[in-house]
Amino acid sequence: MTTAVIEIRDLHKRFGDLEVLKGIDFEVDEGEVVCVIGPSGSGKSTLLRCVNRLEESESGTILIEGEDITDPDADVDKLRTKIGMVFQQFNLFPHLDVLGNLTIAQTKVLKRSAEDAEEVARRVLERVGLTDKIDEYPIRLSGGQQQRVAIARALAVNPDMMLFDEPTSALDPELIGEVLDVMRALANDGMTMLVVTHEISFAREVADRVVFMDEGVVVEAGPPGEILVDPKTERARRFLRMVEQR
Amino acid sequence: MYGVFLSALVAAVLVADWDRIQRSFFQVDVMVEMLPQVLSIAARNTLIYTVGSFVIGLILALILALMKLSTIKPYRWFAITYIEFFRGLPALITIILFGFALPIAFDGFRLPGGTLVTGSVALGVVAAAYMAETIRAGVIAVPRGQTEAARSLGMSSSRALYSIVLPQAFRIIIPPLTNEFVLLIKDTSLLFVLGTTPMTKELTKFARDFMQTTQNATPLTVAAVVYLLITLPLTGLVRRLEKETAKAR
Repeated sequence: MTTAVIEIRDLHKRFGDLEVLKGIDFEVDEGEVVCVIGPSGSGKSTLLRCVNRLEESESGTILIEGEDITDPDADVDKLRTKIGMVFQQFNLFPHLDVLGNLTIAQTKVLKRSAEDAEEVARRVLERVGLTDKIDEYPIRLSGGQQQRVAIARALAVNPDMMLFDEPTSALDPELIGEVLDVMRALANDGMTMLVVTHEISFAREVADRVVFMDEGVVVEAGPPGEILVDPKTERARRFLRMVEQR
Repeated sequence: MYGVFLSALVAAVLVADWDRIQRSFFQVDVMVEMLPQVLSIAARNTLIYTVGSFVIGLILALILALMKLSTIKPYRWFAITYIEFFRGLPALITIILFGFALPIAFDGFRLPGGTLVTGSVALGVVAAAYMAETIRAGVIAVPRGQTEAARSLGMSSSRALYSIVLPQAFRIIIPPLTNEFVLLIKDTSLLFVLGTTPMTKELTKFARDFMQTTQNATPLTVAAVVYLLITLPLTGLVRRLEKETAKAR
């Protein structure tokens, strides 16, 4: 039996009067790639941000390798080092060069020596294919390169799982491929991944499971061959038709 | 309109007693006589007061800005009260407070280090109120995603603040802070009220006393020129920095 590394139980979240998450249940197993799809405003990104507690949930639990991150007494900073996160807007640190971006959390949080941190930085940079950019500042990189550095930055603290929040939505179409390639390679290496995305073809190819969300609930979940090919609900069918028409 | 302005200007130039102006404001032997002390005492003290009050002000301002940004209400209340209080008062009142009112009220109250320190602290306390707002604006200008990225990497909120947010905030506010520095240079002239001794006089007080002994206005000219020699390059620098910040966005 595989163990769930992320286990979400009855998660509720509201912004003022608006209930964005209305009782979410699902888990991600070790080494599994789960893609969350759904119309905008369905709560996918909020769900993802609750998983590493960038967003506070109202009720429910989220177990990260068995530890409840929503617990007020939880060591959130420590748990977060197990969860890499990649943002839609990259959020690289503009005042640091690529090496600085990749080492700052290693030296300040994990207390690695500068030499060790640099060695790790070079290794993760190689995984995203950008070793030659180590001395550049983020502003000098293309969007695709910035997002790859952001992925490397998350990998540098050796997380057990990675969250991707619409990682290609802010990219020009011709730059999407290089980021998806990196994510595909990560998945093949066995990284546990929870991906909020609009890239249906990526989900079809890489995901072990697809979760379709709408209006704050999980409408359907299952292997991509079922959800993306022959969805059971009318809502999922309508969404897929709309996405494929683009 | 131009005609009126131009003829008024020409008339003023013709009517003016240039010989007299030259004798009162540009007396060369007075300049030569005062020059060594202007540099070794007056300009030096002006810079000590300015740098001292800037450093004190910056440290206080950083604390105040963080208090005003805090989620803890009493901190916010304290910061707001401080900022409104010292921004609302004339700087002269604060200087007199530190120089005379406090020593009278608590007999013998005296900051160590004499007038140089008292003056710097008084001006720094005032400057902190202004700089706190500048720093706060800089912190707010750093996108939220920066903090989120830092926190997602396991940084504590204070670590994210010191390593990620503040370095970026200070980059944004270098031009307004330099401006604040220029304002402080000029505000040091208010310190004359402290009745400074020969060794702690700053430029304006020095020039005024020198005017009294020589019965000539030239010392004021010299002081003005020294001020401009310090402030003009700095304001030029501010303009250039502002242009660069504007370009970087």
